[in-house]
Amino acid sequence: MNGFDWDWQFTFEVMPTILEAAKVTLLATLLGSCLAIVVGLSFALLRRSGFFLVRSITYWIVEFVRSTPLLVQIFFLYYVMPEFGISMSPLLTGVLALGLHYGAYLSEVFRSGIDGVEKGQWEASRALNLSVFDTYKDIVLPQALRPMIPATGNYIIAMFKETPQLSAITLLEMLQVAKIIGSENFRYLEPFTLVGVLYLLFSLIAAYGIHCVERRFPKEGITLK
Amino acid sequence: MPFGEIISILLEGALVTLKIVALALPLAAVMAFGFGMLRLYAPKPIKYLAIIYIEFFRGTSALIQLYWIYFVLPFFGFSFDAMTAGVVALGLNIGAYGTEVVRGAMASVPKGQYEAAVALNFSSTQRLWRILMPQALVNMIPPFGNLAIELVKATSLVSLITIADLTYRAKALADMTLQVTEIFAVVLVLYFLFAQVLAIGFRVLEKKLSRGLGRGGLGQ
Repeated sequence: MNGFDWDWQFTFEVMPTILEAAKVTLLATLLGSCLAIVVGLSFALLRRSGFFLVRSITYWIVEFVRSTPLLVQIFFLYYVMPEFGISMSPLLTGVLALGLHYGAYLSEVFRSGIDGVEKGQWEASRALNLSVFDTYKDIVLPQALRPMIPATGNYIIAMFKETPQLSAITLLEMLQVAKIIGSENFRYLEPFTLVGVLYLLFSLIAAYGIHCVERRFPKEGITLK
Repeated sequence: MPFGEIISILLEGALVTLKIVALALPLAAVMAFGFGMLRLYAPKPIKYLAIIYIEFFRGTSALIQLYWIYFVLPFFGFSFDAMTAGVVALGLNIGAYGTEVVRGAMASVPKGQYEAAVALNFSSTQRLWRILMPQALVNMIPPFGNLAIELVKATSLVSLITIADLTYRAKALADMTLQVTEIFAVVLVLYFLFAQVLAIGFRVLEKKLSRGLGRGGLGQ
């Protein structure tokens, strides 16, 4: 078996199939990050709740989700949820798992972002008789947003790099497709390397994009109206 | 299948997971310190080599690295058994993240310490090992603790190259017995406990190492 030589013809043959699968990877990342932001914000706000019980339960949920492997969580959702009568497609399961896992991580980012808003802003909102909802929506979150961008971006890139784990529940994303191609042709070198290079490329582009967003983002925050 | 039997099979898997962590953690530490130092102090060509290693392993996903080492390297004449491939892939992956911890911690030592060491005529080796490193080490402990937990979580990936670790056994048992809820709940709790124990261990270590460095105010 001669796998040492890089075969360009084979590379170009498999390229379209892998790029097709890249769409699934990107879709899972996109939906996953939307869900993660919603989950993260909810957890962050719950951590600030006035009730001790709510605070501590949220803390332990976040701690639990953060310190158990994503792969096991994916299996859990995929195999256990049907027991309770909820059957989901691999993509939906994957998005849910990614969203929950990284939502737990993001909640810490959002929490520190919200904590970073000056105390005077809260006092001023209280003095102006704004409701709690309006305080968050118009005063606190717009200012908290900018410092959150780099860390949030890094976690979304990290999430992107963890999407190959969804191959374990038969989602046809890049790595799974590469593996199938590899086992059909007995050549793993080109497909796996191609996928690795694509991941590197996408992460570098995304990192640059986040850097640009952060730089362009107005310092005083934006209104959420 | 009775619950006790499931637990004993899973615990055997947990031992395999433990073994992988015990082997990959030292490798990761060596890579982190080795390449972290090269990244900081080595002359240019070697420094760029270090940067390539770091960026490559941080920029692609751990599972791809694992597959690459397990499926592709044999074609180049380097055949590993699954266990070695798993340990090497995870060690290199976490090690690459560790280099950034080393770099950040070395940079966090106040510049005055460096200047004072120069002024007191310490040799560069003494400066590194007796002045800078002891202070940087304390700063490295919390992020290294997080990385160790990341490593524990990442070990679940080796189940995909047929190592019978905790995750692998859980999936095999689930397919066989269909008692999925109990099995995966137990597995999640086991990983959680493992991570908590590590977190506590690193907190104790941090306290030990920061003794005598004048941190955290006057003594307790």
